[in-house]
Amino acid sequence: MLDTSRRYETPEGIALGLRIAGPVVRSCAWAIDMLIRAGLYLAIAIPFSFLGGLGFGLSLVVFFLIEWFYPVFFELRQGATPGKKAMGLEVIQDNGTPVSWSASLLRNLLRAADFLPFLYAAGLASMLLNRNFQRLGDLAAGTLVVYRDKATQRHELPEVPPVHPPQPLTREEQRTLLAFAERTPLLTAERQVELAEILTGLSGRQGTAAVTELHAYASWLAQGR
Amino acid sequence: MRQLDFERRHRDAWEQLRLLLDDLERSRRKRRHSRDELARLPSLYRELCNHYAIARSRHYSPALEQQLHELVLRGHRQLYSGRGAELWRLVQFIAYGFPRALRRQIRYFWLAAALLALPGLLVGGFCYLQPELIYSVMDEDQVAGMEAMYDPGNRKPGRSLERSAETDMMMFGHYISNNIGIGFRTFAGGMLFGLGSVLLLLFNGVAIGAVAGHLTRVGYQDTFWSFVSGHGAFELTAIAICGASGLILGHALIAPGQLTRLDALKRRAREALPLVMGAAFMLLIAAVIEAFWSSGTAAVEIKYGVAGLLWLLVLYYLGFAGREAHGTG
Repeated sequence: MLDTSRRYETPEGIALGLRIAGPVVRSCAWAIDMLIRAGLYLAIAIPFSFLGGLGFGLSLVVFFLIEWFYPVFFELRQGATPGKKAMGLEVIQDNGTPVSWSASLLRNLLRAADFLPFLYAAGLASMLLNRNFQRLGDLAAGTLVVYRDKATQRHELPEVPPVHPPQPLTREEQRTLLAFAERTPLLTAERQVELAEILTGLSGRQGTAAVTELHAYASWLAQGR
Repeated sequence: MRQLDFERRHRDAWEQLRLLLDDLERSRRKRRHSRDELARLPSLYRELCNHYAIARSRHYSPALEQQLHELVLRGHRQLYSGRGAELWRLVQFIAYGFPRALRRQIRYFWLAAALLALPGLLVGGFCYLQPELIYSVMDEDQVAGMEAMYDPGNRKPGRSLERSAETDMMMFGHYISNNIGIGFRTFAGGMLFGLGSVLLLLFNGVAIGAVAGHLTRVGYQDTFWSFVSGHGAFELTAIAICGASGLILGHALIAPGQLTRLDALKRRAREALPLVMGAAFMLLIAAVIEAFWSSGTAAVEIKYGVAGLLWLLVLYYLGFAGREAHGTG
């Protein structure tokens, strides 16, 4: 199956879900970082050029640091470079923990191998051959680039007097009803009716009454009585 | 138990954990939690893991499950990430971590050093004996430029004429970005089954040997050898160490042994990293020496004397640092 979500089991026996980022979104992140770096180069080179040889030497040192350690600095500080952050990505270890010093250094030093023979061709080939979209540096460092989970706003179940469903429901069916009730605020009124009327056979209602009836079942499932 | 009762019962504990995690995710200075609160993190987190598993197995609503999953993910990151006194670790690393790591991988170092030195000696010897041979290694302009750099009449040996007026600081920047960059690339070349590292070592060996042989033949030996011998102690050794780290990666990929190639690579890359970082530190020192001392006007004898001391220092550091106090090394 084509699926970019991965499960990782923690020592507590919990399966954590991770969503792996693909080449396209990572290229966009890289392009943003490239622009930021170009801006930094300019911002440093122009004032330093007034200092003559001293300034030139210093700016070479700073260029070197930016070229190799810009990603390391940001990955260790906030888990992602500004470009990755803008695209909603972050770098983590393949066991789900934040990226460590050594892993961040490794994946960014090996960037030189990913770049070969031109414009990250080796890195792209590696990402396409690998089910976790890891470039060579990620493989050696054991890191993943994943989507940063946005804190989701949880919607409360609608306040409706609970009604016992007319027939026993399987666990999956119960969950589907709960999911419908929780997602209601995100749906248009027409869509709510459209979805609720799929179950007219169960509830015997149509129109908005069908929606309310399903909410009542969900409410019974959540709190009983 | 119904979902709402479950939520009502445990809501306070989740909220407590959430606040603690919010606090821990801030920068160190802005944190407000007390010691006791922090001490509760593991138990709160494990309790939450339990609740999350229950919520999943009882098929509570997806939104509740999502909410708990987010908390588990954040808790996992805080609990299982180890960070601490980084500056102190850097000092320890330079004082004995790096030399010990190198001695553990010494076979790769000797191989890399041979790949660098043998072609260098061979080509250097032939260039010393055969006047034309240098032109098969580099073109005429490069030879002329190199001769001008080490001409005894050059006020600043080691720099081309158009660069002789430039400040030491500028050359320092040049050496840093150029040499450490080469070191890092030599390491990364190991990802091509070691081939990149081998080629870079051979190429550097040939180029350095050819220049040395040729300049000795044309009689510029005093300017050349007194210039390179000082920082060479750090620079040549560091390039060989970078090559060694690349060979480690290559070895893991070619002969992973009992592991899969991927697992072997991950394990060996972690062992190779200290070598690269240590070599970068040595290249930094080499750049300081090269920019501010090697091109100076001190007498040739003094330069040779200092060079001898620097080689002894490097040998002593790499061979003995961290041996006594920290076991077998």
